[in-house]
Amino acid sequence: MTFRKFALGLTLASFALAQQAAAEPFPSTYKAVPSEPVLIVNATILTGNGERIENGNLLISNGIIEAVSEAPIKAGKDVQLIDAAGRWVTPGLIDVHSHLGVYPSPGIEAHSDGNEATAPVTAEVWAEHSVWPQDPGFNRARAGGVTTLQTLPGSANLIGGRGVTLKNVPSISYQGMKFPGAPHGLKMACGENPKRVYGGKNKTPSTRMGNVAGYRAQWIEAQKYLQEWTDWENRKNGRKSDRTEEANPPDRDLKLETLAAVLKGEILVHMHCYRADEMMTILDMADEFNYKVSAFHHGVEAYKIADELAGHGVCGALWADWWGFKAEAYDGIMENIALVDRPEGGCAIVHSDSAEGIQRLNQEAAKAMSRGNRAGLEIAPEHAIRWITANPAQAMGILDQTGSLAAGKMADVVIWNGNPFSVYAKADQVFVDGALLYDRHDPARQALSDFELGQQLGVEE
Amino acid sequence: MITRKLLLATSLLVSSQAWAETLFINDATVHTMGIRSTMQDADILIRDGHIQSLGVDLDAPADATVIEAQGRPVTPGLFAGITSHGLVEISMVEGTADQTLGGKEMRPEFDVTPAYNPFSTSIPVTRIEGLTWCLLGATQAGSVIGGQGQAVSFDGGYSSFMGGKVLFISLGSGASAKSEGSRAAQWMLLEQAVAEAGSELSWLPAPLLTPAGRASLKSYLDGGPVLFEVNRASDILQVLAFAEKHGLNAVISGGAEAWVVAENLASAGIPVLLNPMANLPVNFDQLGARLDNAALLNEAGVSIAFTGAGTHNARNQRQAAGNAVANGLPWEAGLAALTSSPASILGMNEGFGTIEPGSRADLVIWSGDPLEVTSAADQVIIAGKSIEMVSRQTLLRDRYLEQDPALPRAYPRP
Repeated sequence: MTFRKFALGLTLASFALAQQAAAEPFPSTYKAVPSEPVLIVNATILTGNGERIENGNLLISNGIIEAVSEAPIKAGKDVQLIDAAGRWVTPGLIDVHSHLGVYPSPGIEAHSDGNEATAPVTAEVWAEHSVWPQDPGFNRARAGGVTTLQTLPGSANLIGGRGVTLKNVPSISYQGMKFPGAPHGLKMACGENPKRVYGGKNKTPSTRMGNVAGYRAQWIEAQKYLQEWTDWENRKNGRKSDRTEEANPPDRDLKLETLAAVLKGEILVHMHCYRADEMMTILDMADEFNYKVSAFHHGVEAYKIADELAGHGVCGALWADWWGFKAEAYDGIMENIALVDRPEGGCAIVHSDSAEGIQRLNQEAAKAMSRGNRAGLEIAPEHAIRWITANPAQAMGILDQTGSLAAGKMADVVIWNGNPFSVYAKADQVFVDGALLYDRHDPARQALSDFELGQQLGVEE
Repeated sequence: MITRKLLLATSLLVSSQAWAETLFINDATVHTMGIRSTMQDADILIRDGHIQSLGVDLDAPADATVIEAQGRPVTPGLFAGITSHGLVEISMVEGTADQTLGGKEMRPEFDVTPAYNPFSTSIPVTRIEGLTWCLLGATQAGSVIGGQGQAVSFDGGYSSFMGGKVLFISLGSGASAKSEGSRAAQWMLLEQAVAEAGSELSWLPAPLLTPAGRASLKSYLDGGPVLFEVNRASDILQVLAFAEKHGLNAVISGGAEAWVVAENLASAGIPVLLNPMANLPVNFDQLGARLDNAALLNEAGVSIAFTGAGTHNARNQRQAAGNAVANGLPWEAGLAALTSSPASILGMNEGFGTIEPGSRADLVIWSGDPLEVTSAADQVIIAGKSIEMVSRQTLLRDRYLEQDPALPRAYPRP
């Protein structure tokens, strides 16, 4: 390297540092597993766009969906043909709320990395730095058709830290799973958990009003931090020759950097919140600080404010039937998801928050759909599939890349052995970016984590 | 309330008022879970809380309330598993959760049943989903011996307990804190407790048990069911040896690795209560957890029943059974694991958990396959009475189902 190049390199490096997020740290190294073109024919296809195609065909090549249609699709001779007569095809399932990797199996203390419960606001922590890619739960979830998930920090804190969106592929590092281009999530929590965790230590917050004061104080700090950086950018850009300004940016603060990115709309807020009244408080707070809540998670009382959620364009990421384990979960009903889905613009999501539930998102959606139908809401499978595909993709900011079967999108696809809205349905084949990463009938396409390899009782036949 | 009328209309065709003493179910697909297996187009006559007759083309008595099943499936009322119905209102709310004795002492005399409250909201929530009884557990105590529970019917009675008391013992890594850190010590402590219970001496030096505890434990040495919560294969074999040595009527609960020792369980005649959806190595006692555990145990001839959906979501027992069937368990065996099998494992009265003339009339009319997640209970009958298909959850639903109400939602009482 010549001196000149070296000097230029240095300048670029310091500039990049000053630009803070210009080069994303811990970048994705995900690369799709190489695959051959696949043509799936004669399937019942639920596209995730609300459409249902009987005897449908789907062509995958170069990891991308080339075409989806009722009409026959022409493909080259090298294409692998899958006759899916009697079988159903859906987009790969997406779980917006998982703790896979951060609360892995086995759930031993040594692996318990999901809650940095040492301060009520830890916006500086990133869930990905806790993800253990060898969590056997990832492979179990893939066998259940899950191709994308968001791993979030837990809910001990008012602001728990950044969540990470992962492609559900086996990898040695989480960077190798990190969904390219997906925005980070920010986990926040309402209600009982933060006030119990910190109130129990005789610290703030110990009440719900303490919770809200806690968030607001942080947003005020974040606004100030954002202003300092915006001012600096303006000064720098306004006086091009002023190298002093370039060399003296404001100090970085990891916590405020995350919160400022929320205010800029670059990080999406995922807020654990059960009670209707608390969600209304949060919506007002988001207005006060001019940011958007992407989804309320758990929202056991979301059905009480379905119209308000739809009006604000906020999704409800919900369980089909969990209730009663804590006071704020006392009013749960089995029609919650269907009722949140009901208004024009309603965005219902089935989430798991569970290493067991993530394996059966289709069954959870089936329960929610059938309860809606019993209540007279008339929900078809082609609509309900959105709760576990397009809607979570939207809440995670990745709908342009995945979440529905449309030409040009990532070929994240599941072939089910029958109607996925059945307890008896199983994923036959799961494709991630066109690569067959799970095949129920082929052990060579069933990943096993290093942890389970060699455990004398651990391997299913 | 248009929506409510619609719900009622679609749910059932009852020709006269509920709570009648005589019920006649016409043209059902009856899964008897008894010697008659499944009967098509069958009629069931229910009188005075019991099934009086069962057959094809029976005549409905003039005084009977007729329920037109129109071919829908009818099963015995389902088993909710080992739960805390009526013992817990809200799990994390102190003062509403009475299922656990926190101390570390061994108190086999601890009996959860006096805490049972039939008005707990979880009971209607569960029974309108077709689950009509459970085994009240004493499972989370601070000592290896958790205490005693008993089966209870969700018929709303204050003391609708059924069968004998059941002793709960918890072993393995979950109990290691209760046994000074080593699972080996669990056997040491249990042996000492059994020796104390069998002792003729009125006074013992440094006893583990109180006098009442000695008497309680002794009653199980004489044959009452003892439920061992245990998952690891090697620990299960220890239970078999312990049970044989002391002549215990042992039942395994949990049993994530029970499939490994299925032959031993079958030859010892020891049944297993399991969660068939447990397939994760959630701890080092369950590295062998797998989805076909139920299928493998059944194939080996082990009697199985399902548990594990918890108290508030006990209704997911059906989903668990459906998953077991999806993973190789015959459908009939899946339904048996929620009906006749737990009844016989827990020593219920003859005929309980089946639909046979003379058996107690706890049964459910389903909208479709009872093990399917998209099916629901259309009507539940407990002790011969059609229960009101209402819970706090259906009332909340109906309150919020109506769009744009004229008054605040606190006014309508659906």
